[in-house]
Amino acid sequence: MNNNTQFYHALDVDPRRCIGCSHCLHTCPTEAIRIRNSRAIILENRCVDCGKCYSVCPTKAIYIKQDDFLNIRNYSHSVVLIPSIFLGQFPDDIRVSRIYAALHELGFHHVYEVDSATSLYTEAKRLYAENHPEKDIRPLISAFCPAIVRLIQVKYPSLVDNIIPIRGPLDLSAHYIRKVLTRQGVDPSEIGLFYVTPCAAKIAAIKNPEGETKSIIDGVLNMDSLFNRVFRLIKEQGRDYQYPPLKTQRLSSDAILSTLTNGERRLCSSWRSYAIDGIKNVQNFLDRLENGSVEGIDFLELRSCDQSCAGAILACDNRFLCGERMYARANKAIAREKEGNIAHDREMEQERDYILSIAETEPIQSRSMMILDPDITTALEKLERINMLSDKLPQVDCGLCGAPSCYAHASDVVCEGCQVSDCIFVQRYREERGEMTIQEGNQRLKEIWGDDRLGNL
Amino acid sequence: MHLEYTVIEGDFANAGSASSAVKKTLKQLNINPQIVKRVVVALYEAEVNAIAHAYGGKVLVDIDSMGIQMVVDDKGPGIPDIDLAMQEGYSTASAEVRAMGFGAGMGLPNIKKNVDHLNVTSKVGVGTRVEMSVSFT
Repeated sequence: MNNNTQFYHALDVDPRRCIGCSHCLHTCPTEAIRIRNSRAIILENRCVDCGKCYSVCPTKAIYIKQDDFLNIRNYSHSVVLIPSIFLGQFPDDIRVSRIYAALHELGFHHVYEVDSATSLYTEAKRLYAENHPEKDIRPLISAFCPAIVRLIQVKYPSLVDNIIPIRGPLDLSAHYIRKVLTRQGVDPSEIGLFYVTPCAAKIAAIKNPEGETKSIIDGVLNMDSLFNRVFRLIKEQGRDYQYPPLKTQRLSSDAILSTLTNGERRLCSSWRSYAIDGIKNVQNFLDRLENGSVEGIDFLELRSCDQSCAGAILACDNRFLCGERMYARANKAIAREKEGNIAHDREMEQERDYILSIAETEPIQSRSMMILDPDITTALEKLERINMLSDKLPQVDCGLCGAPSCYAHASDVVCEGCQVSDCIFVQRYREERGEMTIQEGNQRLKEIWGDDRLGNL
Repeated sequence: MHLEYTVIEGDFANAGSASSAVKKTLKQLNINPQIVKRVVVALYEAEVNAIAHAYGGKVLVDIDSMGIQMVVDDKGPGIPDIDLAMQEGYSTASAEVRAMGFGAGMGLPNIKKNVDHLNVTSKVGVGTRVEMSVSFT
């Protein structure tokens, strides 16, 4: 049941920039961060790549690993796969065709909007639901947000079978574009697919895909850094710059809205469903769901970021401004649709059978972070010790021991060999009773937080 | 390992706090998720029973490497006819409790479905004791 292989994480800490300030420690929803030797470290088995730590880091020490932009030149057919949310980052006076032109000038040979796959993605999910009517895997849970998939794997192992093992729009689009280009006679080794990611979780999912061995994507570029390149180019070229006429994709309104909250839910109106955004909200809901106290639901759309992908951690603009632009673009699409103008994403439906044939992945496996020991007798012993110790700690969850909570500290003492006296309350208590010197207590603090915290005081 | 929780009469808002805590414990012990699910569903139902029908009570849990024993002991009106209470759809819940989405008459039947052993003893006017056990193997 448990897969113990190492998992790729897109998030990392630059020890030169980290000041050991503990913002990330207190923010991480899975308690995956500790402060050791005055730097933050990320515990790989607990991290779900949600990126909350990245968002709160005041020194940008937590960063997201991306591929070298110059890799796009290794292919005679480099394709930039953009989420529709990327276009939502730009101010209203920059037209979509202008952004496409800039992407071409930066060296991409093809631009493709991944959310074009929305209607086939929706259909694949519906077919999966029809073929798996079993009550015990209801509600089915969308695998769209990779941070949520990882959260369920590590924290809610009893719900992994509820996850719909269907590739997301990104993967479906990648398969489609590769097929189209190959059919046009392009050598498959000359096709390079580069995804512009709005978040760390998508990178982790690409480098270490769940339910399959290797991803079809050749490289990942961070949305904020590509935005900077495109925006700078447009500014440099100025208002009057003439660019060659370009065919831009006309996405359906459904596709444009799909990455926002309710984007999936609104497309499966025959199901009883909830759309929940924000990883803390999701955790509260999944806790209840696991208790069996939520009944009669068919489908859950769960997104780690507040306002879903509009609030993605690599978004460059305010989530509400971005969301509003997405709605404005969708409204234009709705007007076109009313006039009978067929959206560009229907093109992919010509490959419907092929796309549906590759849509399903292997089932998602659990990899619980909560297990104290594979042997139940040992686990019970550890748990008794953790509970006993945790009850004695002050329950302040101050984080001065380098762990995010007193319970986490108790667990680190029992499982990781940390010292109880890393707790500042324990230090004072022992100093008062003469069991520890002030120097010894300070030494404990220095080992966690470094010895130069007070500067020139 | 022994765990104890208190259940307060009418406190529907906190229904499930004992079962949530037990769930976390079982996850840490690497118990099969399907077994965890059964334990949690059964304990949750028993907790709700003590909240809805009695004047609160106590949840006593014992875990060893073989399995889990749970006792929900309430002070309450008691159950005059246990066989009747075990029938699906039979309920004595008040309209008020039903309006909150509880009291569908599925509590005890649902518990029985999810545990390996169930023993209900009751004294009218004194209280009810629900003993449940689930084996880990």
